[in-house]
Amino acid sequence: MGPYLLRRLLTVLPAVLGISVVLFTVLALAPGDPFAEMALNPNVPPEVQENLRKQFGLDDPVWQRYFRWLFAMLQGDWGFSFISRVNVDTLIWQRLPVTLAVIGASQVLALLIALPVGIYSAARPYSWFDRIASTLAFIGFSLPTFFTGLLLILLFSIKLDWLPFVYRADLSATGWEWWSQQLKQSIMPITVLGLFQAAGWTRYVRSATLDVIRLDYVTTARSKGLKERAVILKHVARNAMIPVVTLVALTMPQIFGGAVITEQIFRVPGIGSLLIDAIQRNDTPVVMAVTFVSACLVILFNLIADILYGWLDPRISYR
Amino acid sequence: MQEEVLRALVEDVRTGREDRRAFVARLAALGISAPLASLLLASAGVAQTQPAPYKPTRRGGGGPLKLLFWQGPTLLNPHFGIGAKDQEGAALFYEPLARYDPDGNLVPVLAAEIPSRPNGGIAADGRSTTWKLKKGVRWHDGRVFTADDVVFNFNYATDVATAATTFAQYEGIAAATRIDAETVRFEFQKPTPLWHRSAAVALVPKHLFEAFGGTRSRDSPTNLRPVGTGPYRFVEFKPGDLLRGEINRDYHAANRPHFDTVELKGGGDATSAARAVLQTGEYDFAWNLQVEDEVLTRMEASRKGRVVACPSGDVEVIQVNHADPWVEVDGERSSPKSRHPILSDGAVREALTLLLDRKSIQGFVYGRAGVATPNFLNNPARLNSPNIKDEFSIERANAVLDAAGWKRGADGVRAKDGRKLKLLFQTSINSVRQKVQNIYKQSCAKAGVEVELKGVTAAVFFSSDLANPDTYGKFLADLQMYAVAGRPPDPAVFMQWFVSWQATGKANKWQGVNRGRWRNDDYDRLFRASEVELDPVKRTALLIAMNDLICREHAIIPVVYRPSMYGLARQLVAPLSGWDSALSSIAEWYAEA
Repeated sequence: MGPYLLRRLLTVLPAVLGISVVLFTVLALAPGDPFAEMALNPNVPPEVQENLRKQFGLDDPVWQRYFRWLFAMLQGDWGFSFISRVNVDTLIWQRLPVTLAVIGASQVLALLIALPVGIYSAARPYSWFDRIASTLAFIGFSLPTFFTGLLLILLFSIKLDWLPFVYRADLSATGWEWWSQQLKQSIMPITVLGLFQAAGWTRYVRSATLDVIRLDYVTTARSKGLKERAVILKHVARNAMIPVVTLVALTMPQIFGGAVITEQIFRVPGIGSLLIDAIQRNDTPVVMAVTFVSACLVILFNLIADILYGWLDPRISYR
Repeated sequence: MQEEVLRALVEDVRTGREDRRAFVARLAALGISAPLASLLLASAGVAQTQPAPYKPTRRGGGGPLKLLFWQGPTLLNPHFGIGAKDQEGAALFYEPLARYDPDGNLVPVLAAEIPSRPNGGIAADGRSTTWKLKKGVRWHDGRVFTADDVVFNFNYATDVATAATTFAQYEGIAAATRIDAETVRFEFQKPTPLWHRSAAVALVPKHLFEAFGGTRSRDSPTNLRPVGTGPYRFVEFKPGDLLRGEINRDYHAANRPHFDTVELKGGGDATSAARAVLQTGEYDFAWNLQVEDEVLTRMEASRKGRVVACPSGDVEVIQVNHADPWVEVDGERSSPKSRHPILSDGAVREALTLLLDRKSIQGFVYGRAGVATPNFLNNPARLNSPNIKDEFSIERANAVLDAAGWKRGADGVRAKDGRKLKLLFQTSINSVRQKVQNIYKQSCAKAGVEVELKGVTAAVFFSSDLANPDTYGKFLADLQMYAVAGRPPDPAVFMQWFVSWQATGKANKWQGVNRGRWRNDDYDRLFRASEVELDPVKRTALLIAMNDLICREHAIIPVVYRPSMYGLARQLVAPLSGWDSALSSIAEWYAEA
């Protein structure tokens, strides 16, 4: 296990470097510049733009900028946003709690729906329950979040006037009042994201369980007279979960990356909206930081998934 | 319009024979902005209009004020503001010497009075202005606001290393001097009629920014924790997302502000921002509603709020390329040295102007958000003619082109000397602009002009990236459309667009503002004269003459005026001005019971 981990970590290094080179070059080659908005303001002369470009080092060659970025990053300096002139890590930390809360909650909701529904459907394939669940799942993942989001807003905010559709990161209320307001404003974004994710996962869990449930050892377990409940939970579910774990682990980095569209619709001040704003304004340091961290998290969670395999299935050994 | 006519008009307003508003509207029709028209009247000793009364009789008690911006401010230092959103955010905490009211009048904020010739504030030779500051103004940290602060702001912003975006507003000022603690004098490099350009710069405290001038400007902690003189004190800021303030109990104007706290939420899109004010009432104010008017009208039916359109200097224009975008001269296309093979023909430009159906564009695309006005940059003679509504005429365009020798070919497209009348028309991608492009293309086709449309992502179109061929600065097309934003208080800023030394190109790294590369010696002369003309009436006459020239030559094709659109909750009373940032008047806002 130890040497395996070390070897894996060593291969991670070049991967991370490679990713950073690719990201940086693509961003540097992308058209547009952060001061475009200034160009429209007749009160700002072009010299100011020119001056800012120089001050922020935007006129230097790409490779120089890359190495400057890399060395700063190695020293823990993430650079600062061209747009707000605030340090990038401060910006990310400001947005992280909301992202973790909203996206995290939606993933938990998705798991809470997908696991029981998927397993139950697989245990009774082509029953009424399975058919209804499958139909709903198909509807669920064919409806994009921007559509369901707007539908919910129309229904619950505009027609019924029950829920607010603007998410506020700091509510002035305290105590129970805070929790109730927080709940009210979180319901819609969490539902939209959670149901969309759950729809896909339900199908996945169902098929993974179906693959396992037909195996001989399950029949053996049943013929031993074990209760159906024990067969499904102890024997089927554990083995069926291996591919599901990969899937879930690989979607975990999304929790950090946020959900761009849903955050935009509900004005959730998460990382996703930070990223999209930065992209629209060509704020390269922020885009670079967010995408780079996401990439690193994908690598990390891949590793975690691989390690989890061994725990779920002792036959897999690490060499 | 002649100088004498203008003088007579001013006299009419002074003696009360003509209504003040009518005068401002008449000048607006000639491309003269309301702030300039108001100054003209002020210099003639005409009293200002009385501002709408402020009703609350005590400070505070108005509860929270919730503002929704689809673009949240990202910077709070008014000297760094990149776009309008940043000026709005700073306006909660920082104040300028004076602001523009809805009619374009300068209203003192941190100044005790507006400088004028009678009060001695404007020197007779036009080389300096003296500002008397309001007494008893304190920064949020308790320090007294003095002339030193005003002087400091000038030095701070004009230090090139600070890279302040307010740099140009101080252009032409040689020095700022403290006369005494409550008096400041700005000295100009040459006699300057445009003396009020720096008045609207929001001022920051010297004692907190002194140590952070020049290259250290980014390091100041006060950049993110503003300490100003404004009606609200800073509480919290998350760039792009949220800005909160609380009432300033020591505010220098009596009974103001009305609201106890202010919250500015950013992000999302303009349509849902309008919805949160007009339909659900979650917010009290929505900023810059660039939403189709039809949608806004439907939302207003819920009666929770209303849309207010403020006249401003923003104009949507179709720019004509006077240089040749298709041939390389001295290593660049659209070189200022070249002449456009088709558009250098005045008849073609006239026809193109006649083919723009502004009425339909207003009626079907913009609604209240774009007022069709053939008058901007237009010929005064025509203005007085009863035929003004017939600006759009396919028949006349056809006649003009026929007369100029552009004959229709077999495919219906006109040609002359073997060259087809085919034009490439580019603009930024934005549903409204694409609709206008299509309307224009259709009417051009009826006159035998083939227009090819091109859309460029806004981030690219407006960028100053020298390597990109699709920017509006490079202008490698025949026509392009965009809006001149930024509320220039005086048309002189606009007028630079047509002077030959601003023609953009490789020589000045495409930094000139004359993107149409139009050249006209008469125009250059008029502009030079207007720069030093101190008599406001004569200067206005010069500006109008310049407008005439642009119009006669069809150097540019204006499309619509674009008033600033805001959404307000039903009870909210806000004297919003299209000539200044929306929140510049925030101290005057209140909610009716």
